[in-house]
Amino acid sequence: MRENNMKIEFDALSENESFARLAIAGFMASSDPTLEELEDVKTAVSEAVTNAIIHGYVGKEGKVILSGNLKEHCLTVIIQDFGVGITDVEQARKPMFTTREDLERSGMGFTFMEAFMDELHIESKVNQGTTITMSKRLRG
Amino acid sequence: MDFEIEQDILIIRLPKEIDHHNCGPIKEGADNILLQQNIREIVFDFSQTDFMDSSGIGVLVGRYKNISCFGGVVSAIYLSKRIRKIFAMSGLDNIIRIYEVD
Repeated sequence: MRENNMKIEFDALSENESFARLAIAGFMASSDPTLEELEDVKTAVSEAVTNAIIHGYVGKEGKVILSGNLKEHCLTVIIQDFGVGITDVEQARKPMFTTREDLERSGMGFTFMEAFMDELHIESKVNQGTTITMSKRLRG
Repeated sequence: MDFEIEQDILIIRLPKEIDHHNCGPIKEGADNILLQQNIREIVFDFSQTDFMDSSGIGVLVGRYKNISCFGGVVSAIYLSKRIRKIFAMSGLDNIIRIYEVD
């Protein structure tokens, strides 16, 4: 399989959460993933993009960049925003921790990203934005 | 998505996908009915649903909190293998009764 890359920029609007899931599913298709792998990646991407919209931009306008790399049956996905950033990444990673109880957020976003992908890396700078890098080996 | 009331049971037929974008109407619709009618049980029907991220957990936990105030219960039916896994991972299965259907 040849190495393959993609990069998409879209507005931080909630309707683009399903667009991002469809985009990553389409990108993965060439590696013939199992249904479970597909669902795992779609869920992780949905969590990261939702975080960018709700927390990164706090519902205000902004751009989200979704990039993908497929190499030797390993998928790497990067979700980047240029929003407010995360003050305490370790705290944000904890299950059930949320800053948006008013929106009934469960605080399970990072837990799901960690559970459904093999690796999760969070890089965040206050007032500059957050970059989530996740990878998963596809057995498909 | 639609809401159906049978005596004191509210059945919520959930949409194909549950995410942050489309979970608002589920919460608002359910809470309006809870305020206006005497509901003892909410049944979340997942028969049409093939995707749910952590936004869905917020929807279910939120409705559980609201109906618990009135002594009611929350249950779920027609869960796919995927949704069942999400229930187990998040501990939803500790507060929500799952109806087994053959």
